[in-house]
Amino acid sequence: MKKVHVTTTVNGDPVEFLADPRETLLDCLRNHLDLTGTKEGCGTGDCGACSVTLDGTLVCSCLVLGVEAEGKKVETIEGMASEGELHPLQRQFIEHAALQCGFCTPGILVAAKSLLEQNPDPSESEIRFWLAGNLCRCTGYDKIVRAVQDAAAEMRGAA
Amino acid sequence: MAKDEITKGYKLVGTRPNRPDGLDKVTGRARYGADFSLPGMLWAAVVRSPHAHAKIKRIDATKALALDGVKAVVTRADLPTGLEGEDLNLQENTLAGEKALYDGHAVAAVAATSALLAQDAARLIEVEYEVIPHVTDVDAAMQPGAPVIREGAADYSVPEGMHPNVVRHMEFGHGDVVAGFAAADIVREETYKTEATHQGYIEPHACVGQMGEDGRGEMWVCTQGHWYIRRMCAAVLGIEAANLRVTPSEIGGGFGGKTTIFMEPLALALSKKAGGRPVKLVMSRAEVLRATGPTASASMDVKIGMKKDGTVTAGQVMFRMQGGAFVGMSPIGEALPCAFACYDIPALKHEAVEVLTNRPKAAAYRAPGSPMAAFAVESLMDEMCRELGLDPIDVRLKNAAKEGSKSSYGPVYNRIGLVETLEAAKAHPNYAIPLGPNQGRGVASGFWFNHGGETSVSLAIGEDGTVQVSIGTPDIGGSRASIALMTAETLGIPYENVRVNVVETGALGVNEPTHGSRATFASGKAAVEAARQAIKEMCRRAAAEWEIEPEAVEWKDGAAQPAGPNAGKFPPMTIAEIGAKMGGTGGPISGHHETNAGGVGASFGTHVVDVEVDPETGRTTVLRYLVVQDAGTAIHPAYVEGQYQGGAAQGIGWALNEEYVYGADGRLQNTVFLDYRIPVASDLPMIDTVIVEVPNPGHPYGVRGVGETGITPPLPALAGAVAAAAGVRLRSLPMSPPKVLAAIKAARQA
Ligand code: FES
Ligand code: FES
Repeated sequence: MKKVHVTTTVNGDPVEFLADPRETLLDCLRNHLDLTGTKEGCGTGDCGACSVTLDGTLVCSCLVLGVEAEGKKVETIEGMASEGELHPLQRQFIEHAALQCGFCTPGILVAAKSLLEQNPDPSESEIRFWLAGNLCRCTGYDKIVRAVQDAAAEMRGAA
Repeated sequence: MAKDEITKGYKLVGTRPNRPDGLDKVTGRARYGADFSLPGMLWAAVVRSPHAHAKIKRIDATKALALDGVKAVVTRADLPTGLEGEDLNLQENTLAGEKALYDGHAVAAVAATSALLAQDAARLIEVEYEVIPHVTDVDAAMQPGAPVIREGAADYSVPEGMHPNVVRHMEFGHGDVVAGFAAADIVREETYKTEATHQGYIEPHACVGQMGEDGRGEMWVCTQGHWYIRRMCAAVLGIEAANLRVTPSEIGGGFGGKTTIFMEPLALALSKKAGGRPVKLVMSRAEVLRATGPTASASMDVKIGMKKDGTVTAGQVMFRMQGGAFVGMSPIGEALPCAFACYDIPALKHEAVEVLTNRPKAAAYRAPGSPMAAFAVESLMDEMCRELGLDPIDVRLKNAAKEGSKSSYGPVYNRIGLVETLEAAKAHPNYAIPLGPNQGRGVASGFWFNHGGETSVSLAIGEDGTVQVSIGTPDIGGSRASIALMTAETLGIPYENVRVNVVETGALGVNEPTHGSRATFASGKAAVEAARQAIKEMCRRAAAEWEIEPEAVEWKDGAAQPAGPNAGKFPPMTIAEIGAKMGGTGGPISGHHETNAGGVGASFGTHVVDVEVDPETGRTTVLRYLVVQDAGTAIHPAYVEGQYQGGAAQGIGWALNEEYVYGADGRLQNTVFLDYRIPVASDLPMIDTVIVEVPNPGHPYGVRGVGETGITPPLPALAGAVAAAAGVRLRSLPMSPPKVLAAIKAARQA
């Protein structure tokens, strides 16, 4: 199929790429832009490993076409730490051992960041329901939920 | 976190430092199987059988090969012939030969210049099938008239007169079960069933393979064991092991399912046919579920005799298990020894058969065989405790195996910690919380052997005194951190000064995979031995400089020190000083250790779960969950807890939701995560853990291995909790809402 030229912004950087109209945003990030931090666990919108934000909205990038990114702002895990400074969520995940294999981690961090932007003080059950679309097979979620709680507290200045 | 105070005099072992790979994993830099690419790389796609059982009459790739950008197609005809045993199994699972044996069985593969083009080309490969009768249920496959999957596959162990699909038979025991049952006050016999489940690692299988005309190649792959990948690919393709160099990527979960090959030889065969261009092959989720390692499904009869005080007088099991269409894949050899491993029972009889079905080739899944066995035996124990009005922990304590007990499968246990887990569970506040209406509590114990295995580790002292450790067991859940802790503890240097790398097959002797809960045990033990060897050499270098006997030098706090009053007075020579001048004192200093690691310490755990069952919907909510398990020594307690919690979550999924659903057509019905539903964050409560530490005498720091036991107790513990909450005993998993609701309705009518 004839390729489409896409101009977009990823983690603040202007980028362009040629996409087959059938390719997902996830494919384009990973294979055209070498941003392999965003993972594919299912390709059907069920696991959340591919979570990114598109103009600030949390999406499964496997359910978005690459061509839909035209003129939009995409944020991925690679843009989460600023100037060498980890985001509190990233630091809390390491300190809490909230990752084992780490494959779900980028998606969960992006999703959790988006939660805390909307709700700086989520309850345990709000965290669990928000992250219900992000599968983790290794941890049983316990340490993930605690890491999000502590990051939220830290960001509120309560820690 | 309470256990962290138990330091046993260690400085580092038992602490919780950040893992060395943490930063890469929270920033997206860590490279997993599908994250690797090479210049000139092609992409592959696989054609899979849509039929459960079919003869393959013809494969025609003409149209696919006619597309611009399509570089190669491989079928079984491209692979060598004459393989036997498990090598033939592996080859046949890589690509079907005369017959497709299950829905999703690979039939052909194609490589092209893009992933989309490869998928287009795969659709153009024409395969003509003759569909033949199939069977997917273990009990149905043994019935007279069931379609025969492989003629003449049964081995010598199978008694005369059984269906040809029964391919292995096993029995053992001790004592007089007839007398044992006669001595009991009550004898109960029930049948239990578990469905197949999938390991469910979130990372699909992925690899990049490159192989030239000369049969020399390289592979980058997500795997639990790259030497296994090397051996299996070499066997399937008929090449020499040393000519294939395999580098493991970071691994996005395995749980046993990544200890074998599925599609890896295809990438190599396609690369060879495409003139040596590297080929990337990444499975879709549906391919993972249809064609990679589910566990066995099981149908199990259990009989137990018990006295009124809870003493078990005899036990007997008959397990029927299917592991797909390939001989030797069901875990009967593990399930039987696990069945009564928690108990000291005077008379036991174990029997099992392996049955072929038209299902994918089963792979290991966390404590293979043990969860099913526990579901059967622990469920019946629970039913009998309830019948006799006995506390389930007291009954387990009464019958518990201890140091010196002859295990149900033969060997005598050395120091084990089952009793300690039972006592800790009983003392835990969760066990005393009052329950409300529609709520119930379940208790069960579990066992795993643990494993040592072939291990090779190297360690090298750097010019600045920092230390690099090369291991061959891929790190799935933090083992680089635990091995760095043990190495640093042994050398008396900071944790941060030790870097542990998982290295490729060219860098070490053969290593078994990260399986059997062995990475921290076996690679850790070998790393400690390698460190001791390096210490010896460093003491020798110091002795030479001080011109004293090497025996007069001891290693303390990261430095060589003169030992005893006659050694003379010298200031300690630190590892950094020794490293700085080693070029002039005899050259590089390293340590190396290889072993078939013995000294394995068996693992036991006890779980307590509270649930609430909604009588209107049959839905089970897990209210609280407690895992108590003996770690031996918890080297990095946070990752030990992580193993306990993760194992429990998988067991909860197996008990309540997960199952392979086959249609009447023999096709898998639930090939996406929406339908194959693993526990999500909102399904689970916090999972409480208690780390019991009964050190394993066979390991320098007392490690037992913690990965597997945790998946075992949840199945029976939840069945007991649901029975207590809803008044119905489910003897078949999963206890999904429709099944529980139907049982509640049936009980109301009765
Ligand atoms: S890969 Fe997008 S939701 Fe799973
Ligand atoms: S840490 Fe492995 S899937 Fe979450």
